[in-house]
Amino acid sequence: MSNLFKYTLRIADRSLILGQRMSEWCSKGPTLEEDIAMSNIALDLFGQANGFYEYAAQIDGKKSTDDLAFKRNEREFFNHQLSEQENGNFGTTTVRNFLHDTFNFLFYTELISSKDETLAALAAKSIKEVKYHLRHSTNWLIRLGDGTEESNLKVQKALDFLWQYTGEFFEMDEIDYEILDLEIGVDNKKIKEKWDKMINNSLKEAKLKRPVDGYMATGSKKGIHTEHLGFLLAEMQFLPRAYPNAKW
Amino acid sequence: MKEKYFQEQIDAERKVEPKDWMPDDYRKHLIRQMSQHAHSEVIGMQPEGNWITRAPSLRAKMILLAKVQDEAGHGLYLYSATETLGISREELVQQLHEEKAKYSSIFNYPTLSWADMGAIGWLVDGAAIVNQVSLQRTSYGPYSRAMIKICKEESFHQRQGYEIMAEMAKGTAEQKAMAQDALNRFWWPSIMMFGPQDSSSPRTGNAMKWKIKRQTNDELRQSFIDKTVEQAEVIGLTIPDSDLNWNEDRGHYDFGEMDWEEFWNVVNGNGPCNKQRLAHHKKAHDEGEWVRNAAKEYAKKQELVLN
Amino acid sequence: MKLEMAENATVWEVFIQSKNGLAHKHVGNVHASDKIMALENARELYTRRNEGSCIWVVKSSEIVSSETEDNEAFFDPSNDKIYRHPTFYTMPEGSKHI
Repeated sequence: MSNLFKYTLRIADRSLILGQRMSEWCSKGPTLEEDIAMSNIALDLFGQANGFYEYAAQIDGKKSTDDLAFKRNEREFFNHQLSEQENGNFGTTTVRNFLHDTFNFLFYTELISSKDETLAALAAKSIKEVKYHLRHSTNWLIRLGDGTEESNLKVQKALDFLWQYTGEFFEMDEIDYEILDLEIGVDNKKIKEKWDKMINNSLKEAKLKRPVDGYMATGSKKGIHTEHLGFLLAEMQFLPRAYPNAKW
Repeated sequence: MKEKYFQEQIDAERKVEPKDWMPDDYRKHLIRQMSQHAHSEVIGMQPEGNWITRAPSLRAKMILLAKVQDEAGHGLYLYSATETLGISREELVQQLHEEKAKYSSIFNYPTLSWADMGAIGWLVDGAAIVNQVSLQRTSYGPYSRAMIKICKEESFHQRQGYEIMAEMAKGTAEQKAMAQDALNRFWWPSIMMFGPQDSSSPRTGNAMKWKIKRQTNDELRQSFIDKTVEQAEVIGLTIPDSDLNWNEDRGHYDFGEMDWEEFWNVVNGNGPCNKQRLAHHKKAHDEGEWVRNAAKEYAKKQELVLN
Repeated sequence: MKLEMAENATVWEVFIQSKNGLAHKHVGNVHASDKIMALENARELYTRRNEGSCIWVVKSSEIVSSETEDNEAFFDPSNDKIYRHPTFYTMPEGSKHI
């Protein structure tokens, strides 16, 4: 497996897994309008994932996009552990998405300048949607943080819990450095300063306290995940695995 | 005097708009019909939403998600149109929760396999289209406009469902069996979507006179069956009605007797999923209350800042 | 039951300009608690990701309507609100289903 292939999978997997989580909200939203908004976000994420999987499939030469989405095991997925965290309540979802969206927005902003034309194009295509997602999650973070006492407590709790998953955003391993040296990839460490600024501004407006950095979860670049991913994949991959010869 | 003028407008195919005078019964009938239509779209999200996380390909997942999202949108169009008659969405939701308002019985059946996504798109949306095309000409302006918008979006849904069935019918033996099984379970409930026979339908008279309804239950049901029988033949699936037979004299298909006991049972709350669908809707509503309160509180604070 | 401001939201009328050069057209309404949410909800429901559309949202209570033609003879002049949404009216205590 080439490193470019793995690098692309990391990006695709983030969107697929978060998209799958967002699609779980269907018919369960706090308002019908928000139900539609979350489905739209899920659709965008699946679309982005599809784009990156198509490129990955091209690089690989043998597998299809559906093979990549439905036939890989837990240890072969490279999304951040944050993406697979459960929806919980609307507050947990908002915080998870907010953290993901701020990183993703900055990541794609850098990726647009990639020397790899396909990755650059995919980033350019996705960034409009990501901007919208970021605005959406930020606005909700603020409404909930600066809403009622109850809502503030709920999102603070979610933030305190999910903070441990933000460390992974800024890790760089040998694959990241190789792809970066080729002027194809993104320097995740460089993003951190901008990310901190954005997060701090939004948290302030949302009347939320930034958690102190403690233990940071790690391992997704090597396919180490939380226990959630297994269940998520079992549900998502069931049909193609149960009917291996079927075309749908 | 007002009644006479109102009926003249109806007869002249003029649209009734929110601020026009209308008989109390006309208003009540519309609130009932439109809100139940809206509730149906929203409850319908559940049986189909059930399979989004398990869709067998990325393309299928996106198509299904978009379809269910469309349905949420249709619910919103219809709630909005209903509100023009002087009732709030909150009250409509309350009526649904208190079982004072109904929704289409078809959604009280469970979706047990992926093929059900095909069956629902093909048959349930197919039946809905027959009904909705007719309703585009309904006399109440906001309802008519909502139906026109909905019809534009609906035709995709049926085609997508039919495509799923067609692909499965020519796929592996297991897929074909799954598709036939879904058809077996959804055929009669789909026919029942058109409601009781005209002879047992108490509200049809006024609904036709006021042009709320443009065709009767039996007319619409016949139209649907005529279209669908041939579609099943094309993809090699068998409709589970041994009495189905082309009647040359009538120029329509004869079909078997519906199970009216099942029909009334499900309508009256004793179907496989009635309790579950309502409980799900209530749960989502209740669990969202803190969110809605927070948003309201935030907006209030903003207004204070501005003023 | 006293029905004041709808429990959680205000109703907003939505106007869309689908293409440059065209006038905004009324397409329906949305519920939202603040103007940003109203714009976003309007976009989700009425433009389905059409780039380039311009959206206006106006609180339904702010809209002023003329009388409908021919109607003066047939009913008492009503408020100039565009429709009978209950948020515009305070119902007497004890009234139900209205």
